[in-house]
This record gives sequence, structure tokens and C-alpha cells, in this order.
Amino acid sequence: MRRRYLAAAIPIGLIAMLALPSLAFGQDAAIDKLRASAATTDEALNTTWVVVAAVLVMFMQAGFLLLEVGFSRMKNVGAGVAKVIVNFSIASIAYWAIGFALAFGGTGELWGDSGFFLDVGSTASQAAQQFPILDIAPISPAALLFFQFVFCAVSLAIVWGTTLERIKFGAYVVYAIVFSALLYPIISHWIFGGGWLQANVGMQDFAGSTVVHLMGATGAFAALLLLGPRRGKYTADGKPRAIPGHSMPLVGLGVLILWLGWFGFNPGSTLGVFGDAAAGIGNRFAEIVLVTNLAAAAGVIAAVAVMYRARKTIDIGMAGNGAIAGLVAITAPSGYVEFWAAPIIGAVAGVIVVVGVLAIEKWIDDPVGALSAHGLAGVWGTLACGIFTAPRFAEFNGVGEGGLWYTGSFHQLGAQALGVGAAFAFVFVFSYGIFFLIKKTIGLRVTPDEEDAGLDISEHGMYGYPEAFIPAEEFSTGGVVPQPVSAPAVTATMASDRPSEA
Amino acid sequence: MKKIEAFIRHEAFEPIRSELLDRGFPSLSISEVKGSGRQKGIVETYRGSSLTVNVRPKLKIEVVIEDKDKSLVVETILKHARTGDVGDGKIFVLPVEEAIRIRTGEEGETVLQAHTDAEIAA
Repeated sequence: MRRRYLAAAIPIGLIAMLALPSLAFGQDAAIDKLRASAATTDEALNTTWVVVAAVLVMFMQAGFLLLEVGFSRMKNVGAGVAKVIVNFSIASIAYWAIGFALAFGGTGELWGDSGFFLDVGSTASQAAQQFPILDIAPISPAALLFFQFVFCAVSLAIVWGTTLERIKFGAYVVYAIVFSALLYPIISHWIFGGGWLQANVGMQDFAGSTVVHLMGATGAFAALLLLGPRRGKYTADGKPRAIPGHSMPLVGLGVLILWLGWFGFNPGSTLGVFGDAAAGIGNRFAEIVLVTNLAAAAGVIAAVAVMYRARKTIDIGMAGNGAIAGLVAITAPSGYVEFWAAPIIGAVAGVIVVVGVLAIEKWIDDPVGALSAHGLAGVWGTLACGIFTAPRFAEFNGVGEGGLWYTGSFHQLGAQALGVGAAFAFVFVFSYGIFFLIKKTIGLRVTPDEEDAGLDISEHGMYGYPEAFIPAEEFSTGGVVPQPVSAPAVTATMASDRPSEA
Repeated sequence: MKKIEAFIRHEAFEPIRSELLDRGFPSLSISEVKGSGRQKGIVETYRGSSLTVNVRPKLKIEVVIEDKDKSLVVETILKHARTGDVGDGKIFVLPVEEAIRIRTGEEGETVLQAHTDAEIAA
């Protein structure tokens, strides 16, 4: 709406200038027009970057899909496809209708309360009144909503990787609605939208190590406690057994797509392209791209090295988990730290993810390692702000202060720990409650027979890889009679006598 | 000598294998087979159209044993493979004329004996 008014204003202004040849009036109008166009150019540049970043983050859904499918057995691959597509769609509607208003509408300490269905005024100032974040980051409200929504969808996707191969489809649907309309928006209000953790405690979480990743992993943890392990994951005496996924190339492609998506995730959270040259702040979004990549690389190297030390193999899946852990850990500090801190944060995350996966596997069946890669690394990344945040970036972002390394004070670290604890407790309690209700009503888990047959055929009525399960003979239509090579050429008449294959 | 051929559900295999191993029958072969019987086929629905799949996957176990061990092996298979539902499978017992170990050329029932630990170590 605003854009249309402004676009209309420019030709009207030009006509007015021509029609009224008063010199003084012409100058004023020209200056106003210049100011308006400078503001709109800035807004257009910022909005463009945010939309590009949001599209990159949306593509992470493909990454989650391939990662989960690759870590599944062949009888469960189709279920992952249906799940990601349907969940993304449910969350799209719920976040637009309710979630965004709770997350960013107004200045409440606990939740926002205005702008449902993105019902904003037609001018920039009206929109900024409803969504105060637009004062700091003047971009199109629609771009802001879409950008924040794709974060919500990432967080939701993390929940489901852990529940592969045994959860009922209906459970996704119920939790997806509650998660994207209520749970995620409330936490993101606390930490991104000017709620109590950001405004009063000064907790730093640039792009969501806690908001997005820890939250997803916490929901997953609650689900797993009620869901239990896959059949055959543990031997009679309680030892974990490997249930290998069917395709490591798909896992690798998934990891690389997530890695790519992260260049929208962290750098996009600048919500704009401008630094502050006077204060010695460069183009933050470009710098954050580099910070993000350094951490991911260090995560891979550390995870592979630790795994090699522990098991004497170059573990393929763990290389991918190392990348994700490094990326998750740098998500919170990405906007707050200097380049040198990024590889340290990523490498520590790479160690944490391997130790975490090996430890968690002993008692919880998490097929993709999300509890470690998103949960433990998310906690570490959030706490890392309290250690490595550079004072100049804390000032530029206007949240909290420098970390332990610079200030020698534990104050910021304490704020980070409080934020992690509060977010975990809130999400865990509510998620556990929702999954408990689901379990008591529609049921959380498929029957043992359905699990053995695979979710593809039992929940979706078809196989993700039909030819792996249905003998080729069953596909035959019986209409084609193979001819010996030496047989005489089939005449046109004979061919037309055959039953049609259509 | 007898050969036991059992067509079973996939899930039954692991308990059968480990119990046969415990009882001194380490050698067996399995094949993934597909076949039809009294168990109904399944209907796959693909974008609204359906396809009936009449043959179901089963696992075939083959074990060759001395005559005296027949009931022991059959009972072990029955114990783990029976769920009581249609589709549990069948067991066939066939006579075997000869058995030859390829590595040594040994013949007869000695070929069926499990190796002692000493032999394995050597």
C-alpha cells in the first residue's frame, strides 16, 4: 500500500512543479521529493536483501527434506516428503494469521497483540506503530513477515527429524498449528521482538541459536520422551544398534543446501544492507556471510577429527552433523563477534555434536542427531555470545554488552544463560503437554505392524521408492509380447491387433 | 541329512538366527523372496489411481542338518516365526544326498559340524 502511494506521489509532484511555476515552491517540492526518494531507495535496498535472504532460508526446507530422507530407510522416504511440504504450508497460514502479530505486534513484555493477518496501516509510520521493529529496520512489513516466517518453519522442521520412521502424520499437523501460531512467536517475541529477554535482560541472539534451533530441538526432546525409540534400535540388554539411513548422498546434499540457506539465515538477520561508516562498522551482512562460513568449516573439521579419534573412521554422517553444529552455534553470535572468534565457536560445536550424539544415543533414539546438532550446539552458540561478543557490535545492534573476553565480566554470560534456561523451560513444558494430549487422543505413534511395513505404505498408501518394494512383474500390463530377435518383422496389422497399452 | 527351507516374516529372522547359533547351528543361508499365498495383497494408491500388489516379500532360510537335529531346528523356527496371523509362512523339510566342503574336500555329516574355537583361531 505504502509503495503505491509513494509511486503515485512522484508523478503528481512532477506535474505540480510544472503547473505552478513559483520558484520557491518548486525548490521545496524538489527537496521533499529527494528526501522521499532517498528513504525509499534505502527501504527498497533493505527490502530486496531481506526477501533474497528469506528465499534462501525457505530453501532450507529442501535441505531438511533431503537430510531426513537420506537418514531414513527406504520404506519411510515418502513420509518425509509429505511431512515437510504439508508442515511448511500449515505454518505459512498460521504464522501469517496469528504468529507474526504475537511475535512483533507491539511492545508487550511477553507477547505482541496487534497486526493479525498483517493488518497494517497504509503508511510507513502506521506500520511502524504496530510493528516497532520497523522503526529500527525500515523494510516492507510483508518482507519482514515472510522472513520471520521462514525462520519459524526451520524451527518446526527441526522438531520432526528426530521422530522419523515411527510418528503418526496427524501428530505433525496438530503440533505444527500450535507451534507456528503460539509457541514459536512467543519465544521470538521475547528474544527478537522486544520482549523481556531482549529489552530487560539484554540477551543476545542474533539469528536464533536459541529462538530457532534450541527451540526446535526442545520440542523434539519432548516428543521423543513420549514417542520412544524405533523398533530394533536397542537390543534386549539395552545396547544401541545402528539403523543406517538409505542414502548418504542425499544427506550430503541436504547438509550443503542447509549450509547455503544459512547465508540467508544469519546475514539476512541484519534486516538491511547498510553499515555505519562513521562508527567504523562495515557492511555487516557481507561480514556475517564470512563469519558463518568460517564457523561451519571449523565445525566439520573438528567433528571429523574427534570422530576419527573415537572410532578410527572418517564418519560421513558426522561430517554433516559437524557442519550443522558449527552453523547452529554461530547463529546467535554471528552479528556480534569478530572474524577470529568464528572458527573457535564452530570448532567447539563440532566437538560438542560428536560427544553429544554418542552420549544421547545410549538412551534416546534420535535418527538425525538433531538434539546434539541443534540443541547442544544451540546452547553453546547462545552462551558463546557471553564470551566473544565484541563491544562495538553490541553497541551497533543495541542489545546487551561485550562478552567475558573483552570486559572480564560475567554479566552478559549470565544474561545468555538466563535466556537459554527460560526458553528451554517454556518450550519444553508446553511441548510436552501438547504431545501428551496428542498421545492420549489421536495417538502419537503408529502400530508395530505399521512401523515394520514402513510409514510410506501404512500412512500414505504408497511407496516412496515403489520399484524397491513391488516386483517388476506387478507393473506389467500383460499387453506386450516379447519377440525373439530372429522373428520376422512385425507387420502393421499385427501391431494394431495388440491390446492398447493406454 | 536334511535341508530345512523356511519361508518366514523378515522380523522373525534375527531371533531365529541367534538361537540357532546358540544351539550350535552357525551355518545358514537366506534369500529375499517374493511370493503369493493366502495372505492378501496390498493396494498401493498413487496420485489417486491404485495398483494391487499380489506378491509379498518374505525371507527364505535354508539350513542343512543331521537327521537327528530336525525337530530341534523346526521347533526353533516355529517358536519365533509364529504370530498366529495369516502370512507367517511355511517350513519344508527335504532330504539331502551329499555334502562337500569346498576348501578341504571333506564329505558327509562332518561338513555340517560347527568349527571349534581352535579351528577358527587357526
